[in-house]
Amino acid sequence: MTAQNEKDITAPRKEQITYANVLSIGAWTGIAIMTVTYILYVTGIIPPHVDVNLIVDNWDKGVSQYRHITDSPQGWNWVLLLGKGDFLNFVGMVLLALMTILCYLIILKGYLVRKNFAYAVICILEVTVLALAASGIFGSGGH
Amino acid sequence: MEKRTFGQALAGAGAAVLSSPIAVMAAEQAASGGASKPWWFWPLVLLVFCFILGVVAVLAGVGGGVLYVPLVSGFFPFHIDFVRGAGLMVALAGALAAGPGLLRRNLASLRLALPVALVASTCSIAGAMLGLYLSRLDPDIVQVCLGATIVGIAALLTFSKNSELPVVDKQDAIGLALGMRGAFKDQSSGNIVEWKTHRTLMGLIMFIFIGVLAGMFGLGAGWANVPVLNLVMGAPLKISVATSKFLLSITDTSAAWIYLNKGCVIPLMAIPSIIGLMLGSLVGVKLLAKTKPKVIRIIVICVLLFAGLKAIDKGLGIGLLG
Repeated sequence: MTAQNEKDITAPRKEQITYANVLSIGAWTGIAIMTVTYILYVTGIIPPHVDVNLIVDNWDKGVSQYRHITDSPQGWNWVLLLGKGDFLNFVGMVLLALMTILCYLIILKGYLVRKNFAYAVICILEVTVLALAASGIFGSGGH
Repeated sequence: MEKRTFGQALAGAGAAVLSSPIAVMAAEQAASGGASKPWWFWPLVLLVFCFILGVVAVLAGVGGGVLYVPLVSGFFPFHIDFVRGAGLMVALAGALAAGPGLLRRNLASLRLALPVALVASTCSIAGAMLGLYLSRLDPDIVQVCLGATIVGIAALLTFSKNSELPVVDKQDAIGLALGMRGAFKDQSSGNIVEWKTHRTLMGLIMFIFIGVLAGMFGLGAGWANVPVLNLVMGAPLKISVATSKFLLSITDTSAAWIYLNKGCVIPLMAIPSIIGLMLGSLVGVKLLAKTKPKVIRIIVICVLLFAGLKAIDKGLGIGLLG
């Protein structure tokens, strides 16, 4: 086997490289944002919505009770509190949770162009599942 | 000689860390309510604890999430809802950071991951909702189920014999249709390894259960992904390990959204956990060449067994293990 043949069969497919590149940028950006916003939060540079002592006193309670006591939002309502130090932290975390959807949308285009319909359908279904999970339909109803 | 001494010292340190003194101090403070401590005490302890957890997890070849959830729920004062939420974010961040490198080296296969990820991520939503429902009914139910699962994982890690290069004589129809095959250069032997899968349907069915467990307990699921990809579907061990790690970035995303939307992620405790574990993993990778992973793996299995039994003990209210 020639070196070129060897390289050809072991090289990742184009869509795999695209996925890796987008994921790499997004993941490290998310982690960096999370680190910076956490420092802004715990140093008190940006005041929080929920006092840190109130959090510490109540993080041993179930989530419904905790939310009630601390007046914390659920679903996407944290967006309304972006000016507060604690909820600013959600920007980095949400970016991490959105990266897979973004990567799937990018490779979906490639699969459609190449008429690889099996993987295009898998991508569409996965994006639908993740978008439904992100929408809050499953997670934020009831107590 | 020097390597052995270093390995033994690290193994000892791993045991010391996981059974004491940080975990013990945290457990004592948790038992006393921790009210005497300033608010920054817990995030700081968590950061240090997760850093060491990250080192040990890499050396033992297990994911951070599987150690994080039972140990933090056992030794820290947080409610299991928040531990599971943070556990998923920990596993997600680790998988997202590791994924690109594994994809570029063609060790993680997108063709293998995408179909199984669809099944696992859909089912992890169901698992997350089931876990939150059971937690609302009675958190002790979740503790007992978590404990039983952790004991099962310890048994799986003890008895499962992975196969470096499984023999796949004939690819099944689904695997063939989805093009679940590939090739990589094995750096240790220098050989080109071509691979393909079989028993795809059975593998997909098993990912239903893996997804439910991952979402229900916020554990990550590398411990289950690898045996299914390797032993059931016939992917080489290196492909299975790398694809499993990448797979977590998809499976855990769907469950993480459920916990995020429900308010189960408290940044004050989740972010030190994520950063601690990621930094620990980086150090762990550097130490990997100098240590004896087998010894550390045995210690981790023992710690998992203890953490699992402690969760069962706590859930049943027996009080035998403190």
